[in-house]
Amino acid sequence: MNAHLQPTGSAYFIAKETELAETHTLSVLVDNEPGVLARVIGLFSGRGYNIESLTVSETEHEAHLSRITIVTRGTPHVLDQIKNQLERLVPVHRVVDLTVRAAGLGHDRPIERELALVKVHGSGDHRVEALRLADAFRASVIDANIDHFVFEITGKPSKIEQFIAIMKPLGLIEVCRTGIAAMNRGPQGM
Amino acid sequence: MSGTENQMTGAEIVLQALRDNGVEHIFGYPGGAVLPIYDEIHQQDDIQHILVRHEQGAGHMAEGYARSTGKVGVMLVTSGPGATNAVTPLQDALMDSIPLVCISGQVPTPLIGSDAFQECDTVGITRPCTKHNWLVKDVNDLARIIHEAFRIAQSGRPGPVVVDIPKDVQFATGTYTPPSAVPTQKSYQPKKQGDLKKIEEAVELMRNARQPIIYSGGGVINSGPEASHLLRELVELTGFPITSTLMGLGAYPASGKAWLGMLGMHGTYEANMAMHDCDVMVCIGARFDDRITGRLNAFSPNSKKIHIDIDPSSINKNVRVDVPILGDVGTVLEDMVRLWRAASKSADKTRLSDWWETITKWRARNSLAYAPNDDVIMPQYAIQRLYELSKGRDTYITTEVGQHQMWAAQFFGFEQPNRWMTSGGLGTMGYGFPAAIGVQVAHPNSLVVDIAGDASIQMCIQEMSCAVQYGLPVKIFILNNQYMGMVRQWQQLLHGNRLSHSYTEAMPDFVKLAEAYGGVGIRCEKPSELDAAIRQMIDTPAPVIFDCRVANLANCFPMIPSGKAHNEMLLPDEATDEAVANAIDAKGRQLV
Repeated sequence: MNAHLQPTGSAYFIAKETELAETHTLSVLVDNEPGVLARVIGLFSGRGYNIESLTVSETEHEAHLSRITIVTRGTPHVLDQIKNQLERLVPVHRVVDLTVRAAGLGHDRPIERELALVKVHGSGDHRVEALRLADAFRASVIDANIDHFVFEITGKPSKIEQFIAIMKPLGLIEVCRTGIAAMNRGPQGM
Repeated sequence: MSGTENQMTGAEIVLQALRDNGVEHIFGYPGGAVLPIYDEIHQQDDIQHILVRHEQGAGHMAEGYARSTGKVGVMLVTSGPGATNAVTPLQDALMDSIPLVCISGQVPTPLIGSDAFQECDTVGITRPCTKHNWLVKDVNDLARIIHEAFRIAQSGRPGPVVVDIPKDVQFATGTYTPPSAVPTQKSYQPKKQGDLKKIEEAVELMRNARQPIIYSGGGVINSGPEASHLLRELVELTGFPITSTLMGLGAYPASGKAWLGMLGMHGTYEANMAMHDCDVMVCIGARFDDRITGRLNAFSPNSKKIHIDIDPSSINKNVRVDVPILGDVGTVLEDMVRLWRAASKSADKTRLSDWWETITKWRARNSLAYAPNDDVIMPQYAIQRLYELSKGRDTYITTEVGQHQMWAAQFFGFEQPNRWMTSGGLGTMGYGFPAAIGVQVAHPNSLVVDIAGDASIQMCIQEMSCAVQYGLPVKIFILNNQYMGMVRQWQQLLHGNRLSHSYTEAMPDFVKLAEAYGGVGIRCEKPSELDAAIRQMIDTPAPVIFDCRVANLANCFPMIPSGKAHNEMLLPDEATDEAVANAIDAKGRQLV
């Protein structure tokens, strides 16, 4: 009933948002300690921010540091808030908006890659067609029987989307995606 | 420091770590999962434990203690319900930036996750209502974690933290590490020093301002007494008018000539008009809360805004500012005062004379006026008399939440920081009385008064038993109008005066209630008897419940109705029944 009011807004009227929402990729370096992911996710749900994709793994074993890659969508003002709120969490070391950084470096966007496992079931022409297309997409077969394939494909999310769409009429059974891993081009670290 | 010398049980480590962090008082309630810690408390004299009657009380006491001393408040609760009862004060401390360390017991590690008796996911439940929290699974981490907890609670923007300690960890033996031997965490390092270029930019804006205003908040008080001192110096040097949020009262003295009174929803006409019409706003340690700004797109439309805050997420959150300065208020003000002195030779104070003339006209509007009454005590009058009769004493005031809280903020003049404890952000009914007990523990010889409402006081009234047990002569000054006054006022404003469940039909006899607990009860119904009754209350060396019967249907004005701007205030003399009924339009009714 109050849907027209801004979700994270104050009790008062908020000026109509005139900025357009953008999709950004954030890299967050955190201490790999219990509950750290819950803190990050809880912040997003508690403050009404979006998560479109989230990937996390320990990247520096000796220092016990994990790198969380989050794809989120919001207006520039909200994206700024997300960065500031994340930096306030005690186990967070650094937050870098890779999309902003990429623009600063003169790039269109950061390098973003995803891996997907795609299971396809079929026989006859469908099976041949699936294998041919997989080859065209440079997907590799990692498991097969006489009536199924499991393909492994890596690439930009758009490429994976396209591959899945093509496999649909050819007997697509299930898909598992890792979410996006990302970093900026060039010699500098985050 | 090796060998068996610093081998201790987990419970001993807790007490040693508290001592090493300068703790003298803790507020708590025992239970199965904290028995080893209570056994240690029993065997020492350095730390005094105050036994509360409900864990919520422990939290608010620790908050009152912290706010009146500038130290960290400490509470101790058991697992399960002990921890869940602590949630309200933790969130309260989070929203009002109060440094609080909550130590909670937990079921033994092998039982975690088994739905054991009095088990709850304490770190899960308290994660969003703390700055940080820990579950200690190894006794050798315990000392380090407690030291870190104290550092995080009081550094940067202060806030509450929870250390959850399973019972087997309290029994286990491990190594105690003193605070000096603990390397500080690399990840959380708040910046104190402000960017000098930004401060210069701010001073330049301020020097050229013709209609400036300083808007200060609780951050000034959190930054320490020196920050309040520097704020006063800045006001003196610049000649700027100053207003403050509810949380910031006392940083600048109410008797100061540049003082405009509190701003916001129930702020003064002059403060809100000056905020609306200013050309340069200097926000110092405040966060542009919705009670302050009113309608955001009409908030101070023509001003350049400077914002000093230690928390980067406060900057540009609700209101976009022109000159953000990230840093500790005290440190930044020191630079600002120095730069102003260096640059002010050519600054001409007379350029502000037109602005002050305008402000004087607004002041003449006398927006806090109310109709005096010889037969019934007006609530505003009661606060004024309490203020006058406690003058010259070492007084601390706490409040509950509602009309009485706003009247206290409007009519009680605060001259010093750390003298005013109120639940601003969360608006917790039941805060004031336990907070007053915490203040009294820290300042045993001072006059501590909880200005209360008849509804709020019943939310933590059980702590009377605690006050009596420790001989803490806290005064509860109830403005008793038989209603949840602020709820009733909003129902009158928003819902056609249909007073749904805001009238308390079965009110306890507060005098008898005080006596039942072993305290003193006083009732006053006539304005002519008020002064004598207040004097009697002040002179009673015991906990007092003062049942001050006030006009039942008084409204709290001035008021910025929901969805309106600062210059659309509802003033007491214009607030006829019709004006009140139509003050908020259909859209405004959806807001809180």
